[in-house]
Amino acid sequence: MMYAITIYGEAGMFENLPKDRQEQVMANHHALQEKLQDRGDFISVKLMPPSSAVTIDPAPDAAADPLIIDGPFAETKESFLGFYAAEFSNLEEAITHARMISSPIARLEVRPIAWAGGAISTD
Amino acid sequence: MSDWLEASFAHQRPRAIAALTRYFRDVETAEEAFSEACIKALTDWPKNGTPRDPFAWFLTTARHAGLDKLRKAQRQTRLLAENRIVMESDAPPPPDPHELRDDVLRLLFICCHPALERQDQIALALRIVGGLTVPEIARGFLAKPKAMEQRITRAKKKIAAQPVAFETPSPRERGRRLGEVSLMIYLMFNEGWSTSDAPTQIRLTLCEEAIRLARLMTELFPGMGEPAALLSLLLFQHARRDARIDATGHLVAFEDQDRQLWDRAATAEATAFFHKAQRIGHQGPYRIQAAIAAEHAAAPTPAHTNWPVIEAHYAALHVLQPTPVIRLNLIAVQAKTQGPEFALREMETLKTDLRTYRWYHTMRAALLTQTDRPEAAIDAYRAALDLGPTGPERTVIEEKIAACRKNMEGL
Repeated sequence: MMYAITIYGEAGMFENLPKDRQEQVMANHHALQEKLQDRGDFISVKLMPPSSAVTIDPAPDAAADPLIIDGPFAETKESFLGFYAAEFSNLEEAITHARMISSPIARLEVRPIAWAGGAISTD
Repeated sequence: MSDWLEASFAHQRPRAIAALTRYFRDVETAEEAFSEACIKALTDWPKNGTPRDPFAWFLTTARHAGLDKLRKAQRQTRLLAENRIVMESDAPPPPDPHELRDDVLRLLFICCHPALERQDQIALALRIVGGLTVPEIARGFLAKPKAMEQRITRAKKKIAAQPVAFETPSPRERGRRLGEVSLMIYLMFNEGWSTSDAPTQIRLTLCEEAIRLARLMTELFPGMGEPAALLSLLLFQHARRDARIDATGHLVAFEDQDRQLWDRAATAEATAFFHKAQRIGHQGPYRIQAAIAAEHAAAPTPAHTNWPVIEAHYAALHVLQPTPVIRLNLIAVQAKTQGPEFALREMETLKTDLRTYRWYHTMRAALLTQTDRPEAAIDAYRAALDLGPTGPERTVIEEKIAACRKNMEGL
């Protein structure tokens, strides 16, 4: 079964951490990425801050165009920051991997994937 | 553990102090109340767990702490008599996002008070909104902590004596405040960027704080172009930090920088915010400057630079800001598109306006070197040396003079 590990938190918290703490967080991510690499294909995505987003709201009626708003989807305190997706043999294994990147600045969600496709990389 | 907590405090600080300033109608009281709440969090949070909504926790705790203090303090009589604070037993609900963004903008705008010198405005914003300590700010300005402490205290007295209106601003007034605050953030970044006399790490604090504030403005005003353009510009610039100083502490000229050292993540984010500012249709000076930076970032080497497009951007910038310095920048680009002789002739018209501007002389010297007039170039470099260059700049200029001499012997 494929699972997504989604990451929520307050945008900008990472930048507020002292350098050594930032490195510690990054080291955990790199460790997870290496581990996933050894197991096969995976996806890893870090999003830019919510303030860089625009939102496309549904058209108010059939004749109108969708509404484009120059801001994020919701002004919530915690936002969607990024995610991983990979094959795991069961939920427990997915949770074990998610725990590797747990930190006081992130809330993680493990959720099964119904369908996945495509392949992208910024490298 | 306290590192994580302090990151959270720093994160909450601008919004919390802004909301508390409106509540108490006084910046100093807001700051003290927030500090009290931080002290309480240091013992409370590790014991009871981090609250689900740290911002709401901070507001409630700080309001209690502040009211306690006010009741005890002498100014209680004055403040309460004027009925400036609503002493409700039930705490008011946390401000909604629109109220809060005006609160933060107001707090930054208070720091930008025209009665203050520009450096004091920046120092005040770093202290009150950024939460930097006085010694940290003093290092940023290369000042003595004692002197900085006095300056900040004086500045705080001045702003306390001239209160800003606490009503919701009109859209026009909001735009005006946003403009003032953006300029202060822009100058904060430049303050950290331009004076490279000290070890760069120390100076970069100001750049990083400016970026943090610019980010905050994009969070508060995600639909406005100016904050997006400003953040984009600062990120483009900041991305070059590692390339502009070499291992021996020498400044590296823009064209000689190893572009591999430009921070790719920062450039990508700068590009994203630039696109957003473009989409919104913002046309201010920050967007034009960001457009110039974006053009440079898109060129893998200096030889790939699209100078005609950059020239058009500078011409547009000069229409918005017809200053001699912008004109000089335009001429520097025209030296690429129309040749050094053309640029030298254009520069003649700025001779009087920019006679004390050292970059005028170094640029003229470079153009004279390019057109095989090393003797005149040396004179121009000497003029720049007389205008107080920073240590790294002086080193570069002296090297250029030596190169000109060598050139003359060869002729």
